[in-house]
Amino acid sequence: MGSTGRSTLAEKVWNQHLVRKGEGQEPDLLYIDLHLVHEVTSPQAFDGLRLAGRPVRRTDLTVATEDHNVPTLDVLAPIADPVSRTQVETLRRNCAEFGVPLYPMNHAEQGIVHVVGPQLGLTQPGLTVVCGDSHTSTHGAFGAMAFGIGTSEVEHVLATQTLPLKQFKTMAINVNSNTGRLRPGVTSKDVILAIIAKIGTGGGQGYVLEYRGNVIENLSMEARMTICNMSIEAGARAGMIAPDETTFAYLHGRDRAPKGEDWDAAVEAWRELRSDDDAVFDAEVDIDADTLTPFVTWGTNPGQGLPLADRVPDPEAIVDENERVAAERALEYMGLEAGTPLRDVHVDTVFVGSCTNGRIEDLRSVAEIIQGRKVADGVRMLVVPGSMRVRFQAEEEGLDKVFTDAGAEWRSAGCSMCLGMNPDQLAPGERSASTSNRNFEGRQGKGGRTHLVSPLVAAATAVRGTLSSPEDLN
Amino acid sequence: MDAFTTHTGIGVPLRRSNVDTDQIIPAVYLKRVTRTGFEDGLFSAWRNDPTFILNTVPFDHGSVLVAGPDFGTGSSREHAVWALLDYGFRVVISSRFADIFRGNSAKGGLLAAEVAQPDVELLWKLLENQPGTELTVDLREKTVQAADLTVPFDIDDYTRWRLLEGLDDIGLTLRHADAIAAFEAARPGRLPTTVG
Ligand code: SF4
Repeated sequence: MGSTGRSTLAEKVWNQHLVRKGEGQEPDLLYIDLHLVHEVTSPQAFDGLRLAGRPVRRTDLTVATEDHNVPTLDVLAPIADPVSRTQVETLRRNCAEFGVPLYPMNHAEQGIVHVVGPQLGLTQPGLTVVCGDSHTSTHGAFGAMAFGIGTSEVEHVLATQTLPLKQFKTMAINVNSNTGRLRPGVTSKDVILAIIAKIGTGGGQGYVLEYRGNVIENLSMEARMTICNMSIEAGARAGMIAPDETTFAYLHGRDRAPKGEDWDAAVEAWRELRSDDDAVFDAEVDIDADTLTPFVTWGTNPGQGLPLADRVPDPEAIVDENERVAAERALEYMGLEAGTPLRDVHVDTVFVGSCTNGRIEDLRSVAEIIQGRKVADGVRMLVVPGSMRVRFQAEEEGLDKVFTDAGAEWRSAGCSMCLGMNPDQLAPGERSASTSNRNFEGRQGKGGRTHLVSPLVAAATAVRGTLSSPEDLN
Repeated sequence: MDAFTTHTGIGVPLRRSNVDTDQIIPAVYLKRVTRTGFEDGLFSAWRNDPTFILNTVPFDHGSVLVAGPDFGTGSSREHAVWALLDYGFRVVISSRFADIFRGNSAKGGLLAAEVAQPDVELLWKLLENQPGTELTVDLREKTVQAADLTVPFDIDDYTRWRLLEGLDDIGLTLRHADAIAAFEAARPGRLPTTVG
């Protein structure tokens, strides 16, 4: 980020949080407004505080939830897996000892950390938000500077509420279409999968991505969160979207959003949070959204994706040697033949959920397609709300009935099958269409094969049993 | 973190290069929830072998590890440094360290002293010929000394200063406690909190 001239959104938020500008090779010291904590990356941070006799500096800017390890069935029984149980119990002890507020399993506010922050109204424009989890980038959808940190940084923030950081570079991702809308059946998940396929899983390295353009402006907050969530899959530190009326409307009236005069003052300040017209980005990428169709991944990294209408690629045709070898290996792991139409690929499991697509709009869009239809024979479909609030909301709207009537399983809130850390896992060789964000080898369970898809594709795939989009159902 | 000026302890010759963090401590130990108690994980695969140097007297009481080049490569796990410290090592000597390991060492208070390979060979010979020889590592002078042998080591000025002062990352930041407090005092009251 240049320090002269007009500023980008990222630069503005950065500068507003400078406790101290670094001298020479020293990093800047940045104030952190919100620290989200979960059970996997926090135990050693708390233990480090204990060893050094340090308190948590701002318990009132810190909140913890249990998500990665929690089962989504039999949620009142003790957790069976000893490692998972230890992590969850350790978090509870640490939060009690250090005075950090916690939403434990079965609490009405429990859920995936990146679903909980926004729905409470804690995630707000212009804040700095950190969490010991790479998908913290989700919160950037509000115009916050949000990024994942490691365990020693978690300890650092707990102790000081600051982080020493070198400035990130900025990249504008301009997503435009003639109408400012996406074509029917195309979602923000397809947009981000297409972006990652275009710039590659390392394309965003060292950058904060700012998503801009008429398509982004017309997206709902939840759709924006899906895009920012997967910034990390493009290698970026963070993703951001300038706050606008959609953002303000989403926040208005939420528990932790400002009220009364504070609200007016906040909105006034938030309106300033956009890149100046003549701001210069370190890099720019243009996406023509009129060409976008439903996207699915065929390989074992999120950049290995193609339009659903395509075929499994032929590694022989890939020029770059590294990419060719990676593709060969991916096809072998995925058990796919080059040239197979993606629409012919059979799945065993469909997973709807995660911090990418486990929000109420995602569930509504899945319900709309699955309503009155049946999950195909031999296919298991799991629908897992991202938080307890999402769960209650969905049940109030009767979505759970729609899912169970179709033959899907309706679960309690958590990360679930997004990663193989809790009981919801793929068996070796099992293939899934998943609305989550990572398709690495073994991510959903040892030997499991993951195709990343949008909620709409997940729903249509569940009905047909092969990778499909809603238009295939007609 | 304790300040480091000099340290004297038994030197352990580890004639292996490319000791990666998986060898220093395997991934199964990463599931733990504590910051201490990783001594049993240190070189755990090698320690199954009764002839491995750390299974022999007097090296089992060593505190200065003298290893081959490219020490600490591989995954970035900080547990590698914790395991060495928990076992009792205060200094690792090598002619080349992996960058991330070197950074993690500075954070944890372990001195990663870069010694030229010919000097490492001299130390190895000395320690093997006279097991139990104590090495004195002087961070102010940047020397390693044993019997009548003294060899220099390299360390960047910033890390050296941190270790001499005994400042971990948090300690470094807390030197600016006033600036943090001033920043906090100026934050608007409407910003969200997680309590109340
Ligand atoms: S849902 Fe998946 S990506 Fe999101 S926080 Fe949980 S494990 Fe991480």
